Amino acid sequence: MKNVLIIDYGTGNLKSVHNAVKKISDKQYCKISVSSSIEDLKKSTHIILPGVGAFESCLNGLIKTKVRSYLEEMVLEKKKPFLGICVGMQMLATKGFENGEFSGLDWISGEVKKINNQNNNIKIPHMGWNTLNFLKETAFTKRLLEKMKVTNLNDISAYFVHSYNFKNKNANEKVITTCYGEEITAMISKENIIGTQFHPEKSHYFGLAFLKTFLEQG
Amino acid sequence: MLKIRIIPCLDVDAGRVVKGINFLSLRDAGDPVEQAKAYSDEGADEITFLDITATHQQRRPMIDVISKTAEKCFVPLTVGGGVKSIMDIKEFLLAGADKVSINSAAIKNPSLINESSKKFGNQCIVVAIDAKKKSKNWNVFINGGRVDTGIDAISWAKNIEKRGAGEILLTSMDRDGTKNGFDLELTSKISSAVNIPVIASGGVGCLKDFFDGIKLAGASAVLAASVFHFKELTIKQVKKYLKSKNINVRIDNLDK
Repeated sequence: MKNVLIIDYGTGNLKSVHNAVKKISDKQYCKISVSSSIEDLKKSTHIILPGVGAFESCLNGLIKTKVRSYLEEMVLEKKKPFLGICVGMQMLATKGFENGEFSGLDWISGEVKKINNQNNNIKIPHMGWNTLNFLKETAFTKRLLEKMKVTNLNDISAYFVHSYNFKNKNANEKVITTCYGEEITAMISKENIIGTQFHPEKSHYFGLAFLKTFLEQG
Repeated sequence: MLKIRIIPCLDVDAGRVVKGINFLSLRDAGDPVEQAKAYSDEGADEITFLDITATHQQRRPMIDVISKTAEKCFVPLTVGGGVKSIMDIKEFLLAGADKVSINSAAIKNPSLINESSKKFGNQCIVVAIDAKKKSKNWNVFINGGRVDTGIDAISWAKNIEKRGAGEILLTSMDRDGTKNGFDLELTSKISSAVNIPVIASGGVGCLKDFFDGIKLAGASAVLAASVFHFKELTIKQVKKYLKSKNINVRIDNLDK
């Protein structure tokens, strides 16, 4: 029995994530909760941290729920499969620089900085479908591609909407990138932790396959 | 590379899709949830719903439409029409919208743009501009095209960008429903005046119109209603055509 927890911390479009997980999971074997209760966190087998909005307000929202220490216990010690989406991934960084300088959860070393638009030749936010570059094959991406029944990785795209980029420190934790004015971190992975800048819940067939692969983790 | 978005738009009136010409003479065009699902399966990059005769009594059918659509479509969903307050925006987002489009209320109370983009993130605040040519310039119209505000569309576009809007949905009232193509001059002027994405809307009649809106006017996305509703063109057809013209579109799931 799977028990997916979508963390509700008063921000983000939780409904989309919920709808997508519901679509790809088997009702009989999968319970989905949207909450920030410590009980649900303890019972969960898979944790999703969505995020829409600004770095600081998301982080403050999460801190207000008082689940941070339990969340860290479940993810960092108990190693439950974890997926952070968009700002839910950015919050894992050491620091964020949106409207000031703020400390993140620091689960994955790196900094979240505004997409470089010095030449004023790109539109911000980076909004829409962009091509993914798979930097390497991991167990996760291998299963994902099997699920999608594709062999050609050249033209898979996902839906992005953001103005800040997670510049993570360790190159080996970066799995997928995309290009928009600069190299954008699209997926990071470290042990049981996965983060995506794109929105799998809005990336149609690819996104649904991605979420399905995540649910099969652990 | 970032792809140009093709966005089918569903004008909804009391829970049904309708389509008018120059904002008037509405015709029934079907069930919004089924149409949105069909568009999404066919490769639509986003779906837009506009509640064109929104009043509070009609809010309920719209909420139902959004929530049923959000359960079936796994591409971004933008909803607009009758949005007046932070509460309205929240209600649409909770029902499953990813972005909310504000039109008249943004003119009447511009600080709503600042407040909502701060609260929900600028990525989810779209400001719609309905513009109509007046001698050399374009004026912004509100209340579903009924009221001329006298405000210049280009300076308004710059203003809403400054206030934190994430995107502009630009509709040419002169072209809406006419199938004479986008107002390229208007679209190009607005698109180069701001640094946020501009969605061109109003007037698509044939494949070349999509190409012109992107290539000649610099739109980040193109929105169309009637050509898709009445099956004169399919999304697949449009994307194949644009690809053959070297426009970068998402085509990866089209053959499934």
